[in-house]
Amino acid sequence: MAGGEEAGGLGRRKFVTGMLAVLGGTIAAVVGLPAVGYLLAPALKRSPTDVWVPLGPVENIPVDQPTLFTFSRTQRVGWETTATSHGMYVLRSADDRYLVLSNVCTHLSCRVVWKDELQDYTCPCHNGHFAKDGRVISGPAPRPLEDVEYKVEDGTLYVHLVEA
Amino acid sequence: MVARVYAWLDRRLGLTTIYATTLDRKVPKVNWAFTLGSATLFLAVMQGLTGIFLTVYYVPHPEQAYDSVNYIMNEVAFGWLIRGIHHWGATLMVVTVFLHMLRTFFYGAYKYPREITWMTGVFLLLVTLGMGFTGYLLPWNQRAYWATTVGTSIAGTVPLAGPLIERILRGGEALSALTLARFFSAHIWMLPVALVALVGIHLYLVVRLGISHIPRDGE
Repeated sequence: MAGGEEAGGLGRRKFVTGMLAVLGGTIAAVVGLPAVGYLLAPALKRSPTDVWVPLGPVENIPVDQPTLFTFSRTQRVGWETTATSHGMYVLRSADDRYLVLSNVCTHLSCRVVWKDELQDYTCPCHNGHFAKDGRVISGPAPRPLEDVEYKVEDGTLYVHLVEA
Repeated sequence: MVARVYAWLDRRLGLTTIYATTLDRKVPKVNWAFTLGSATLFLAVMQGLTGIFLTVYYVPHPEQAYDSVNYIMNEVAFGWLIRGIHHWGATLMVVTVFLHMLRTFFYGAYKYPREITWMTGVFLLLVTLGMGFTGYLLPWNQRAYWATTVGTSIAGTVPLAGPLIERILRGGEALSALTLARFFSAHIWMLPVALVALVGIHLYLVVRLGISHIPRDGE
């Protein structure tokens, strides 16, 4: 009786086998497909690698005097938050053109300081000197100070921060 | 083509024999209570799979455990599903293990020649409870922390050896990074290895001895 083929119909054994295959396939798909998404999720998520940071109203920036702006930026990757600090010297000319220089020395990434008495950027680590426009005057630095892209919108100066 | 590939493999691996002895074996007339063992095995496999997936993001460190679980739940695609299955599967598995044990007990299925199946089953029950106990700490939230504080304190009430057992479980005086790390290790390595070994023996015996019939009146 049990497991016997009914006349002309679908046998019990065949029915159970078929149902097992359907159920098993469904369970495998319900768990398996989300599992693939689960593994790929962080790889497919793109975070912006650049950002425009407002430094403030241009009328507050002194003319012909390199002025340091500092800010820090926090970024979240996964569940981990990291903060990075940035410093930029802004030089505003009389005809409202700007020169934005990163204060990171191109030698070993110390922070350079504008010295009024020397009229140059001095790196305290290895005595590097950079001119007002960022050129290397003396010291071990291989390149001029990094020139940062900027824009002025609604009287506010923005600098373009690009993650390396 | 499929038939020829199967025949080639069958001659070398004995697939038909394996199938016949493990899945197509003779069983007495039984009822739904006899599916509890298979249900438990299915849940155990699911726990293993979802657990492996959880380790992709989970970090057993006091400062990151909670945040990484939060990340799984809220930011990873289907993370809520994977952890949900693991969470509810754990509870369900304890239930099915217990019902499976009760069925074996009340049908007298532990008797000769199946004593060793029963003994491995007892250890499997303990391993399952151990998995539940160690896994409970891993989210490192308030409930996990205090449940484990209480649980390890209970272990500390054992006469004579209690304080030592408590210190061994905690890896020191109080719950710390050491507790989390050793619970994690027990949860993903020690207990699963024991579980796989015991399940192997348990299933081998089920196949070797067959399952017992439902006791008849007067037996």
